[in-house]
Formats: sequence, C-alpha cells, structure tokens
Amino acid sequence: MSASPRPEASRSLSRTGIDWGSSLGTAVSLAATVFILLILFVILGNVVIHGLPQLSWRFVSTIPKKDFFDKDSAAVLPMIVGTSIRVLVMTVFVIPIGVTTAVYLTEYARSNSWYTRVIRAAISNLAGVPSIVFGLFGAGFFVHLIGGGIDDIIGATSPKWGKPALLWASLTLAVMTLPVVIVATEESLRAITPGLREASLALGATKLQTILRIVLPNALPGILTGGILAVSRAAGEVAPILFTGAAYYLADLPRSLNDQFMDLGYHTYILASQAPNIEKARPILYGTVFVLLLLTFSLNAVAIFARARIRRQMRSGH
Amino acid sequence: MAAPTSIPATNPPSSSEFKPLLETQNLELFYGASRALKGITMGIRENLVTAFIGPSGCGKSTFLRCFNRMNDLIDGVRIVGECRVGGEDIYARDVDVIELRKRVGMVFQRSNPFPKSIFENIAYGLRLHGIRATSEIEGIVEQSLKGAAIWDEVKDRLHQSALGLSGGQQQRLCIARAIAIRPQVLLMDEPASALDPIATGKVEDLIVELKKDFTIVIVTHNMQQATRISDYTAFFYLGELVEYDLTTRIFTNPAKKKTEDYVTGRFG
Repeated sequence: MSASPRPEASRSLSRTGIDWGSSLGTAVSLAATVFILLILFVILGNVVIHGLPQLSWRFVSTIPKKDFFDKDSAAVLPMIVGTSIRVLVMTVFVIPIGVTTAVYLTEYARSNSWYTRVIRAAISNLAGVPSIVFGLFGAGFFVHLIGGGIDDIIGATSPKWGKPALLWASLTLAVMTLPVVIVATEESLRAITPGLREASLALGATKLQTILRIVLPNALPGILTGGILAVSRAAGEVAPILFTGAAYYLADLPRSLNDQFMDLGYHTYILASQAPNIEKARPILYGTVFVLLLLTFSLNAVAIFARARIRRQMRSGH
Repeated sequence: MAAPTSIPATNPPSSSEFKPLLETQNLELFYGASRALKGITMGIRENLVTAFIGPSGCGKSTFLRCFNRMNDLIDGVRIVGECRVGGEDIYARDVDVIELRKRVGMVFQRSNPFPKSIFENIAYGLRLHGIRATSEIEGIVEQSLKGAAIWDEVKDRLHQSALGLSGGQQQRLCIARAIAIRPQVLLMDEPASALDPIATGKVEDLIVELKKDFTIVIVTHNMQQATRISDYTAFFYLGELVEYDLTTRIFTNPAKKKTEDYVTGRFG
C-alpha cells in the first residue's frame, strides 16, 4: 500500500468557473416554455378582452335573423345547440366503438399476430388523415351511401336521410376521433395489473365477466380521458362537418337527427370570411369565438369532474 | 395426524394406500417448443398440506397452475398426459373450466384484492356463482373472513377499500375470497413470499387451520415454511419430480442426493 495521498484527493470539491453548456440548456428550455405560455395567454387574453363585452343574454338565447352580420340581430343560440348536440352524439358513438376495439386489441387479439399489427397500423394512419378528407369521406359514405340507401329502402320521394344532417356530421366526427379513444383506452387497460384478471378468473369468472366487472370499471378514468381528448378535438373542427351537416343559415333549431344545424366553428368561419363589412362583424366574431371556447371548456370540465369523482370513488372502494 | 408410515416416492394413482384427490399421470407441459414439465406422475391427498419446493424455474408453479387450468391463459401452452381432480380428467373436452375453478381455488404470490370494498371483494365470487340474496352473502362474507382469521381486524370497515389494508391483511383477504366459494382444493403460489415475518406467521397458522376443511397445495421457496406447515413435500428440479415423500423424511432423510443438496442449501 502506498503512503502518499491519491492525487484526486488533494483537489478541491468546489467548482471553478460556470458550466456554460448546462446554463444555456436551462435558458433555452425555459424560453421555449415561456414562449408557449405567452402564445396561449395572447390568444385567450385577446378573445376574453374583446369577446366578453359582446356576451349578453340576448346574444346566447335567441335565433339570429337572416342578416347575422348585423350587431343588433346577431345571436348564437342555434350554433350552441348544434355544436353541443353534434359533440354529444359523436361521444355516444365513439366511446362504445372505441372501447370495444381497445378491449379486443388488449384482451382478445394475440399481440404479435399479423392482423393485430394491421389493425394497429390502420388506427395510427387514421389518426394522421387530414380532417377535410374525413369531411369528404363522410359526405360520400354516410350522406350518399348510407343516407341515400335508407331513402331508397323507405321509398322517400324527397331526400329524408340522404342529405347533410346532424347524425352524419356526428358520425364523421366519431370516425375521426376513434383513434384517440382507442389509444387512451388501450393504455388504461394495459395499466391494469394482470393479477386482477387472474384473481377474477381463478374465482371462476368467465373472460367476459372479468372484462365487464373488473377490467372496464378500473379502466373508466382512462376511457374518460379518451373521451375528453375526443371532445376537445371535435368541438372546434369545421372541415369534417362542412359537407355532412353544417348549414350557413337556418331559421329554426334542429328538431331531429336528420336536420341540418348551425355550428359555432363554421359560423366563425362565415363571420371571418363572408362579412360585407369586416369592421362591423368583428365584435360578433369575438363574441362567437368566446362562446365556442367557453363551450369546449365546459364540456371538458364536465368530463374532468366526472373522472375525478370516479377516481375518488375507486380509492374509497365503492 | 394419520399419515401412512411409508409411501412410494411417486404415488401411482392405483395405490391401495389412499385415493388421491389430485393426481397426474405423465403430465408434460410445453411452452411452444420447450418442455417445462417432463412427465410428472403424482397423487395428492385430501385434507393435508402438500408443499412444492425447488429452485426458481423448476416448474413447480407451472405444475400448480395445471390443477385449475390457469396455464390456459398463456399463448402457446400445450399439455400432454393426464391431470385428474377427484377422479375426473380436467383436460377432457367436455370439462367446464368455470366449475373446475370453483372447486379448485387459488391464492397468488402477490396479494391481488380488487379495488373494491372488503365486502365486495368476497361478494364478487359469490355473485359469480349465482348467490344473490343479501342476507346469504352477508353471512358467507362474515364466515369467510372469520375463516381467514381477519374478521376482527376488518369487521368495522367492511365497506372501506380493500386497498387500505396492509400487505398481510390483503393476503388473508385474498384467502377469504378464495374460500368463500367453498372450493375443495386451495392452490397457493408462494402466498407469503412478499410478507414480513409476522404477517407470514399469521398466514402459516391460517394454512394449518384451513387444512381441516380444504386440501392445500402450496409452492414455497422457504424451507422452514415447508417444514412448519406441510405434511408432504415434493421436490422439483428442471421440470421433473425428483422426490415426493413425507415432509419429515424429505428434510431429515431424503432418498436422493439432489434433494439432500437442495434442502441443506448446497445449491438453489
């Protein structure tokens, strides 16, 4: 053994100089974060500052006259109704179909077989299709093929279902948001420990009983997350509903699922692009956008609240 | 305990000394192409505790799971040979797996209570098997929790989440859940390996208590545990049943060198 001290031991532990590399890294990532927050703040701040003063009971509770570019007759009740219904109907379709698909992929399909891989590839490709393409698909498939087919069967003389309608717009959005729901549900199903499934099966439960009574109740928060993401994406989309159900102007609220509807997002587009006097239309535009944001946030808030409630109940054991 | 004075190393099912409740004849199990169990023939007696010991990967857990067909859940598993419960071939074409698992219960290595209340954890299996009357369910829940020696600890919190229990309590709840549907056999796959010594002691006491009503087969890595609670011990090595005898004999005077090396800690 050598008696002399190891050379490193004589060195001081205190740092000399500044680590420029890591300081730069910190600064850049901080700047990026601040930039994103700034953009969000500017958009929301701008909409709130200009949109809030436009809000009145009359604005949100009446049906506008044909000249909805005029400040005195502008109103958004039919658009609120249209957007809300199309989002809700979409949810009714997308959740069961998406959840069933996810259950098939995680609980039944063999994970490495070629057809499972094909299904997964199809789902990720579906997620990458531009929304206008979904709009055209919806017009061709739902409106003409399905809707037209129904008309032929019931022998309608004038188009009853073979025309743009709430139902077809909702279904088009459901197809578009399907990947989101499938992926979120799959993740939550995989997060459930295999031990729970084994425990249920070992007690003599069938696979279906295990899925319905143990697996799905535990995956509910994840399924709701998928629903929240789907609603967020669908609420503001205009392209998929352009040819499948949204109308420029209607004097009445939609009465059934085969009626056309007015829509907040589409109305925003009309106000921004078709107004004869853009200066006069601007306050209405702000008001409409503010209502659209408010509606999206409240739909989300309902789902988030429900999810928090379910999580609490699961922890307390009911 | 009326154990026979001598039994053959691997009991042939036709043995005149006793009629085994569980028995296998040349049981082989394949994971794809690899042979995990290499022709196991043994009989397990009623109302006794039989321990399976052996180094990790020797096939003892896989063998245990043959008796309630839990291996069916794994892709690519193939089973050859005979496996009988109460004389019935459980791999026959017309066997109802649900009915089998009702008769052969299981407790797992990691306690796996459902994220439900303590009461609902027990009631789950009862409802699966068609028991609907609340009063009947309440009675069986109490009886099962008493049977698993956990009633006094949970009787005031039956409707709270089972996840709030300690590890040892959770495992005893899982035992209560398994015995609630009145199986004939309880398979236990290292039920105490994740527990501290005190909780382990409670589970061991419980197992000894339970053998009055159930036939228990337990996989364990813990030699002391096997000597404390089991009547018979089977030593497995590389997918084969090396030796199977009275526990006292396996640990004091084994017939095979390999068994002696293992139980004295020379390998494994």
